Amino acid sequence: MSRELVDTSKIPGWGVDADTRNNPTYPIRHREDLQTDGLNWDRPTQQAPDVEILQSIEHNRLPAVVGTSTPPTGLSGMIRRYAFRRSESDWWHWLLLMGADRINVVEGVIEDLSHGKVPNIPAEMGGRAEWQHNKKGLAVKVAVLAGVTLGLLALRRRR
Amino acid sequence: MLAMNYRGPYRVRVDEKPMPIILHPEDAIVRVTRSCICGSDLHLYHGMVPDTRVGMTFGHEFCGIVEQVGPEVRNLTAGDHVLVPFNIACGKCQFCQQGLFGNCHESNAQATAVGGIFGYSHTAGGYDGGQAQYVRVPYADVGPMVIPDWMDPDDAVLLTDVVPTGYQAAEMGGIQSGDTVVVFGAGPVGLMAARSAWLFGAGRVIIIDHIEYRLDFARTFCPAEVYNFREIDDMVVFLKKQTDSLGADVCIDAVGGDAAGNALQTLIGTKLKLEAGNAIALHWAINAVKKGGVVSIVGVYGPTGNIIPIGNVVNKGITIRANQASVRRLLPRLIDHIQAGHLNPKAMITHRVPLADIADAYHLFSAKLDGCIKPVVLPNGA
Repeated sequence: MSRELVDTSKIPGWGVDADTRNNPTYPIRHREDLQTDGLNWDRPTQQAPDVEILQSIEHNRLPAVVGTSTPPTGLSGMIRRYAFRRSESDWWHWLLLMGADRINVVEGVIEDLSHGKVPNIPAEMGGRAEWQHNKKGLAVKVAVLAGVTLGLLALRRRR
Repeated sequence: MLAMNYRGPYRVRVDEKPMPIILHPEDAIVRVTRSCICGSDLHLYHGMVPDTRVGMTFGHEFCGIVEQVGPEVRNLTAGDHVLVPFNIACGKCQFCQQGLFGNCHESNAQATAVGGIFGYSHTAGGYDGGQAQYVRVPYADVGPMVIPDWMDPDDAVLLTDVVPTGYQAAEMGGIQSGDTVVVFGAGPVGLMAARSAWLFGAGRVIIIDHIEYRLDFARTFCPAEVYNFREIDDMVVFLKKQTDSLGADVCIDAVGGDAAGNALQTLIGTKLKLEAGNAIALHWAINAVKKGGVVSIVGVYGPTGNIIPIGNVVNKGITIRANQASVRRLLPRLIDHIQAGHLNPKAMITHRVPLADIADAYHLFSAKLDGCIKPVVLPNGA
């Protein structure tokens, strides 16, 4: 807690950007700088992507440049394609994409295994940093995990 | 080349990936010299941003050496050391013409609400980011800027996002001389917002967080009054008492959807993801600002919706201003501020890690371990 007031005379640069004209409409909309109206600006060259690009239905044309990272694939890709039939305003658009993201994680593990790679999940989750800087927290997590596992095993035996 | 590879919530690693190539005549390929992990990368890391695909490389704060340029690039040549704003902006569309480089209409196929952002899911365009040895930089004549000879590269890399985002948060507050400004969040953006509030003439700057080491840093770095909300029963009543019961002139939300401080919001927003993250910082900002005051939002939320007291926005006549920072617009001013000694962003850097250790760096930053404020990744060595 700190209750001391700060002496502004000791702040380097205090007030140098004070501007009484900075009312709440400045500087977000410099409409006077507009040289075109609507979609009629001088467009950049159109990129011709060689991978599948999912496009928002709120766009009436593909933007001039697009990202080509990780095109949609597999079951998650099918869900993403379906999600992109809906607008950005539709809650289902986003919930479907979130669902696809979770399925994509499983697909990622399967892909690793199919390439003979077993993902080192503790290392991917920063286990070394946890060991170096939060041994107590790590011990609690291990204890909770062990407790839950033993509890599940005990329940299974009872059945 | 080596690049960070997202594998799912809380899981990242480094893998070999193909070298990026020129895909558009205005592209450049940049060899990354420094790349930060941003607080907003943690929203991706925590699985909060829709359409974050396994295999993507994050990283929207980076600088590096230009290796190759496309045939339409005029302002850059191979060998230039450039800082690259996180916004991918064409410079020609209606929004870029207005200086809204964070809202470009020619860089994001997947969504119209936000322009393209490096390494920030397909919701922000599906571009691989700079937590890699090399990165493709579209519209290379518009965003990237050659780093001045006198500038420390550590300051340069922080000019790609943190500094302009914090500065724009203060700018959007419309701060008048003597105003009381409350900043929610003592992360790097909150620190820069608080520091920038003084440049606009604030009379009093208060920072709210719950991480003690960050509040300690904020007390001297900004400098500012700091309060830990864990020690306060009712945040809004407390702030009212601090401000003659009227409220602050300006409240800045520099937290976004990864907030803590309200169990219901954490359950609905963070755990169940039924809203676009925990919006308690914004809730406090709206309720703690003076009638007729300004709430400035730079904290990142998902694209769905959040529970906030919108009725109080109407009843109190609050102006809400928000945007992704328009980095290119602000760079000249901010470079002047660094040269004049008004801003010293590199003092926020607490960790430098090789790319190989990026999983540990993400965990350190996410779990707030080892006094971490700002980690910098060195993809091609020191």
